[in-house]
Amino acid sequence: MIKDAYDQTISSFTVRIERQDGPGSPSYWETFDVTYESDMNVISVLQRIAAMSETATGEKTTPVAWSCGCLEEVCGSCTMVINGKVRQSCSALVDNLLDGTDQELVLQPMSKFPVVRDLVVDRQRIFRSLQRVEAWVPVDTYYDMGPGPKVSRAQQEINYPLSECMSCGCCMEACPQYTKVEVVRADGESDADYDKRVNEAYDTQFIGPQAISQAMLFNSHPTGAQIAEERLELLSGPGGVQVCGNAQNCVTVCPKEIPLTTSIARAGRAVTVHKFKKWFGKS
Amino acid sequence: MSKPRVVIVGGGLAGLSCTMKLCELGVDVDLISLVPVKRSHSVCAQGGINSCNDQTRQIGDTEWKHFDDTVYGGDFLNHQPPVKEMADWAPKVIDLMDRLGVTFNRTQEGFLDRRRFGGTLYKRTAFAGATTGQQLLYGLDEQVRRWESQGKVTKYEHWDFLGPILDENRVCRGAIAQNLRTMEIRSFPADVVVVGSGGPGLVYGRSTMSVMCTGSAASRCFQAGAKYGNGEFIQVHPTAIPGADKLRLMSESARGEGGRVWVPRKPQDSRDPKSIPEDERYYFLESRYPEYGNLVPRDIATREIFDICVNEGLSVEADRLCVYLDLTHIPKPELDRKLGGILDIYQKFQGVDPRDVPMKIFPAVHYSMGGLWTDYERTQAGGLRVASPRNHQTNIENLYAIGECDYHYHGANRLGANSLLSCIFTGLFVAPGIQQKLSGMTKLSSEYATVHKAAQDEHQNRHDSLLKRDGGNENPYLLHQELGQVMTRSATVVRRNDQLAEAYETICDLHERSKNCSLSDTGNWTNQNVVFTKGVMDMFPLAKTIVKGALQRDECRGAHYKPDFQFPPLQATTDQERHREAELWCDRFEENNKKWLKSTIAEFDGEHPQITYEDVDVSIEPPRPRLYGLVGAEVIEQVWNDRRAKRSADVAENQAAAT
Ligand SMILES: Cc1cc2nc3c(=O)[nH]c(=O)nc-3n(C[C@H](O)[C@H](O)[C@H](O)COP(=O)(O)OP(=O)(O)OC[C@H]3O[C@@H](n4cnc5c(N)ncnc54)[C@H](O)[C@@H]3O)c2cc1C
Ligand code: SF4
Ligand code: SF4
Ligand code: FES
Repeated sequence: MIKDAYDQTISSFTVRIERQDGPGSPSYWETFDVTYESDMNVISVLQRIAAMSETATGEKTTPVAWSCGCLEEVCGSCTMVINGKVRQSCSALVDNLLDGTDQELVLQPMSKFPVVRDLVVDRQRIFRSLQRVEAWVPVDTYYDMGPGPKVSRAQQEINYPLSECMSCGCCMEACPQYTKVEVVRADGESDADYDKRVNEAYDTQFIGPQAISQAMLFNSHPTGAQIAEERLELLSGPGGVQVCGNAQNCVTVCPKEIPLTTSIARAGRAVTVHKFKKWFGKS
Repeated sequence: MSKPRVVIVGGGLAGLSCTMKLCELGVDVDLISLVPVKRSHSVCAQGGINSCNDQTRQIGDTEWKHFDDTVYGGDFLNHQPPVKEMADWAPKVIDLMDRLGVTFNRTQEGFLDRRRFGGTLYKRTAFAGATTGQQLLYGLDEQVRRWESQGKVTKYEHWDFLGPILDENRVCRGAIAQNLRTMEIRSFPADVVVVGSGGPGLVYGRSTMSVMCTGSAASRCFQAGAKYGNGEFIQVHPTAIPGADKLRLMSESARGEGGRVWVPRKPQDSRDPKSIPEDERYYFLESRYPEYGNLVPRDIATREIFDICVNEGLSVEADRLCVYLDLTHIPKPELDRKLGGILDIYQKFQGVDPRDVPMKIFPAVHYSMGGLWTDYERTQAGGLRVASPRNHQTNIENLYAIGECDYHYHGANRLGANSLLSCIFTGLFVAPGIQQKLSGMTKLSSEYATVHKAAQDEHQNRHDSLLKRDGGNENPYLLHQELGQVMTRSATVVRRNDQLAEAYETICDLHERSKNCSLSDTGNWTNQNVVFTKGVMDMFPLAKTIVKGALQRDECRGAHYKPDFQFPPLQATTDQERHREAELWCDRFEENNKKWLKSTIAEFDGEHPQITYEDVDVSIEPPRPRLYGLVGAEVIEQVWNDRRAKRSADVAENQAAAT
């Protein structure tokens, strides 16, 4: 087994990281040597790098910035591009990455979201898209009104996988139709003004596979369906489902194996029906 | 007059449920969180959420029994009125989450499916696959987003809460927080601040918790004068997967669905576990606790696993302590449907499919029963008064604490699937009380501009001097590792006074050294180095509180286990002798309760926690011995029941005589 071979022969390995000091500054590469331990994941590699803050050539450097949270692939924080592939870094095991031909780890920030610093990117657009499609159940009140509508086991088994989406961004990174939007803050601009401008910029762009899938999730909930037509109206507008070129990249990279293309197909059909209804003045 | 505002720190289940309920009541909220709230630690919860329900009710369950299981499981250290209120609300909480669209598992007929969890004999636990916490959190996150789109909530995600702002009368007038990207330090005027910042797992280095569970927010309130209760009660979960960066939980639901814990009878038997015949396996939980089997309460399961490995030398592996948790006898489709999420975690991180091969697991630090001290107002009937502004207020006026970071509900040991409940319950329940509080205010925080400015300047100076400090040569990451090691060694499953005393010294030493940390990043843009360093420095007051509380408490209670103070089992062989021993045992139990049935209350003097004790409100159900699996339990129970019957007869007689 390769791993065993490494256990004996490798004492350290190389990690190359694409760094960037802040929004708008140029990116650059730094290389680190990390001592090999068994059972390492990319997060523990980054922890070692933070603790030593020294490059492979012995120069002092600042610790690399990155995001993480749960360390068990449910929070969606730690997405990055690892050896060319977008994925969660907490579940990226060094033993698996170093097998075969790859002798080093290459870590890069996602390219579809503005870099904040190093491997940290700004994914506010993902949450904004959930707002756009009104991804919630519009209940009347939080007072006790008894149980919710009955849901069949079959329906639950369709909905549950969709609701596992952790807004990590992998699908958007992989999607050829999803392009980066970066709004530079003007000097002295207030938070409120800046946020408004950013949201306006996001709102004209492709909403992305995760939001389409979430819209389908809520449209199939009995109470969520109360605003189904509003969601479809949004999805039939600019940046909506018609932007999807059906490249299917999204579904292959989703760490939660969410059937995104099924959702997109459903959305496409529902939008067509919605448009017809509008046409005939039924909606 | 401007409108009152509430700042909520933390967007886990507690913070989000409180936010949405306040919005519904017409109160505007600023929501501050280290991470986007959808990524809060609550996503990690796997197993489920408890309530008495239509099914269990028909076989004798009631809200009362849920209450009773919770206080019995908590070894009676829980103040009872909050627990009673929570148990009464539990069915409503689950109904609400169901209405919010949470994808709970369903029965064939479309009702909510339930499973059994530890410390109860009823199937009370509703669940959504093995990602219940994630599903519940998303349900609340969606509602809060809905309010956000209406402008009722302003989120400040990627902000670190640095502490409450207190005026000259030590009344809370807002919060200070720092933007993790721009490093801006800002004061947030607020009439009420609610802290729902979760648990402090990182004080132990590695635990089952997420990386933002540093306890820093609670510690900052503690250092500002808030009391901290029951710090030493830390739950160590029996079943986790050991890992280099994290100890990943293997949920209790694995046992709830029929998982069995065992070790080979032959030490370190190297055969393939599936080829080891039944009679060469030791199912030690089932054999030692025939009634509860693999679902004994967590503290007990943890100690037994620890004991089997450490004292009996039956660990599956020689150089890494672990036992088998076996699901391989359960049909795969059923496993996928009910436990898919956690089994995938095991497979992903261990590279082995637990559907085919028994998992290897060992206990890990998991949950803090202790937390910020908070008040409540009880009713005659024994519950909490709805809309009382006292509910969940800390000893600092206008500062509230909810969720895992407060000290209520779970006593000396939390039952599985009760925490998600306590978090959502408190969030919803405190909102009307806070609204009351606001409506009674004559002077709003907006009139305290100088107080806000002063607090902001003070924190800015502290930050600047931390960045400028040079010459120090301590590495914060290594200090954190050392702290984790000391804490894990001394203050987890088995506690000994000599080790605790030594640990306290070590922690004081580390605390001193932390004041000499040098930063490898002194910039003012997304400086994770300085944020981490501050977080580590704030771990020491909590670490000291945990260890000092444990050192002083000379007894065994729930998760706090000191073998030197354990009551021995009954040994006599004749009935009469046994009865006499049981009488002595009960005397001793009563004596011990007089001394130790008390909440530990810590206040921080800048250097050390000062500890006092507070009576526990056990006015609803009198404490009784917790006897899971003890030799002679039946006799003790009988003696105890006789005493109790006699006592109530006496009371009745006295009352009759008085009238
Ligand atoms: C692996 C695991 C599995 C579990 N499974 C179950 C289960 O099945 N059933 C059950 O009942 N319980 C379970 N628990 C326990 C339960 O998940 C937690 O107790 C609960 O989720 C805590 O919720 P919370 O709202 O109090 O805090 P959290 O969800 O931890 O949220 C804390 C919030 O505070 C914020 N915060 C923290 N510090 C700061 C700061 N300094 N500044 C700003 N914001 C801050 C964070 O960003 C976050 O938003 C489990 C726990 C773990 C670790
Ligand atoms: S299928 Fe559509 S959404 Fe998915 S990657 Fe292709 S273009 Fe993007
Ligand atoms: S759909 Fe999958 S890849 Fe896309 S954000 Fe959700 S979890 Fe991530
Ligand atoms: S840290 Fe949560 S998904 Fe990786």
